[in-house]
Amino acid sequence: MDFSQQIAQYIVTGLTIGAIYAIVAMGFNIIHNATGIVNFAQCEFISLGGMFMYSLVVLFKVNPMISFFISMAGVAIIGALIEIGPIRHARSKEIIVLIFLTIGLSEVLRGTAQEVWGTDNVGVPAFSGENPIHLLGGGTIVPQHIWVFAITVLVMLMLHYFFKKTLMGKAMRATSVNRRAAALVGISVNRIILFSFAFSGALGAVAGIIIAPISTTSYDTGIMLGLKGFAAAILGGYGNFAGAILGGVILGLLESLGAGLISSQYKDAIAFFVLLLVLFLKPAGIMGYGEAERV
Amino acid sequence: MNNLIKQKDILGFGALAVIIIVLPLFVESKYYFIVLNVIGLNTIVVVGLNLLIGFAGQISLGHAAFYGLGSYFSGILTVNYGFPLWPAMVVGMMATGAVAYLIGYPSLKLRGHYLVMATLGFGIIINILMGELEQFTGGHDGLMGIPPLAIGGWVFDNDLKNFYLIWSFVFLCMVAARNLLNSRVGRALRAISGSEVAANSLGVNTADYKVKIFVLSAMFASISGSLYAHYITFISPSSYDFHYSIQVVTMVIVGGMGSLWGSLLGAGVLTCISEALHIAKQYHIIAYGVFLCLVLVFLPEGVLMGITNFLVKNKDKAANYKNGLT
Repeated sequence: MDFSQQIAQYIVTGLTIGAIYAIVAMGFNIIHNATGIVNFAQCEFISLGGMFMYSLVVLFKVNPMISFFISMAGVAIIGALIEIGPIRHARSKEIIVLIFLTIGLSEVLRGTAQEVWGTDNVGVPAFSGENPIHLLGGGTIVPQHIWVFAITVLVMLMLHYFFKKTLMGKAMRATSVNRRAAALVGISVNRIILFSFAFSGALGAVAGIIIAPISTTSYDTGIMLGLKGFAAAILGGYGNFAGAILGGVILGLLESLGAGLISSQYKDAIAFFVLLLVLFLKPAGIMGYGEAERV
Repeated sequence: MNNLIKQKDILGFGALAVIIIVLPLFVESKYYFIVLNVIGLNTIVVVGLNLLIGFAGQISLGHAAFYGLGSYFSGILTVNYGFPLWPAMVVGMMATGAVAYLIGYPSLKLRGHYLVMATLGFGIIINILMGELEQFTGGHDGLMGIPPLAIGGWVFDNDLKNFYLIWSFVFLCMVAARNLLNSRVGRALRAISGSEVAANSLGVNTADYKVKIFVLSAMFASISGSLYAHYITFISPSSYDFHYSIQVVTMVIVGGMGSLWGSLLGAGVLTCISEALHIAKQYHIIAYGVFLCLVLVFLPEGVLMGITNFLVKNKDKAANYKNGLT
């Protein structure tokens, strides 16, 4: 394989993982916009999505297509339960308390997942075979990569439609701009928050499901994917949807090219290094509106 | 009122000193000494972290890294470069403080929770570096043969001696934290945690105080890390991962954000739970998570204050009942 082929391969890998980061970043953004908190349980949504898919497809031999939707719905329900239970009933509504609470919930979910599935990495069969497809430039691409792109694009289009055209989507955007004003015009903010949690649960699950055939899955795959998705959200501009996509893709490419051309040992550090750089140089992110407020 | 608080403190610190001196007489097994020493080490980190969380209202998810920097500075300087022990510890503390300043200054100048993101990223990077910079850190196998601390010819080479060493540091750190909170700085911090806008308008440079308290809390963690390295004499990256950062945060919250004595309680209770679950390690994560959630949902002011408030309320109710008010 010559150099240009290698580069092409890195770019394909980078775009794939970048698509995953973008979906995860979306999940962080949706909850951030509704509540102002960082939802660390997002990481567990990814792991759970992957593990549900594994259980259904591999252990119970359910049709992959049906498994996909059941897993997604399952994690969405868990997301909703998190909101209905602890988040809504917390006696203090301070942001700092709620952020800590999502950390606690994340530990509970991860611990439970470890009990249920053990600590082994497990594989999920690819959606449509493993035979690589040859590209024009001479590189190859595994069909699952195409699935990841296609599903990501579909998810993004659906999100765009949802937020621009549907009443619920508009209500969610209104709430993110000003909660009190939204409540005044009759939007049930509690319902919006509940929906946000279910929604980002589903998004996390999708990310976990589509990456599982490529990189295998386990009870804690979500931590690194989730935290890097979080870095992508910051890079794009926290709370900004177009930013999430851009941030995810840039981060994925940087990581893949960095690992391939510079050093694979520090692969996991690249995303967090970028996160620190963004915070120090342009904390509002690439697509963020104006400057983050300085005090 | 102020006088009363100080009297209560003197009583508290007196009791703590007596307990520290007397306790070893009742402890027989080596195992309990190790647990007590780990509680002490955690307490130092938790007291520092609580200054940040409880008074500056900011979250750090990277304290494992500061704890680790202390350990690795002490370990690398003494093992690889033959540095004298105590100066290595001071160098570690200063360097950790400087690093914390570099992380804290840009992120704390911003309104909102940027520090949690910066410390999260920083913590993971440091943990990766510990594993990968093999020529200095010994990589994932860890660094062995770190010499125990010594004063003159007196070497802290067993659990009992380390107990006195570690708990002297706990005592000093708690006195330092209490003094700080009773000083001008402490009043400014309390003003910030009450209302940042109000504090600002009264001339308190809130960002500046937050950075300072963050640096201080990182230094506390570094001291504890150095003590750990010299006590256990072996360090490896797995002791300083993301999970440790979450553990100390849990201890702060269970003890009570902004409560000094609560820090001691939080570190004590959760370290014991960790140890009790040692046989069933898989329940470790769930136990911490459940504990964290329960306290946050039902007793956001921490176990100590929560129970006190509950008792006081009931006492008030009882008194009111007697006086025929309810």
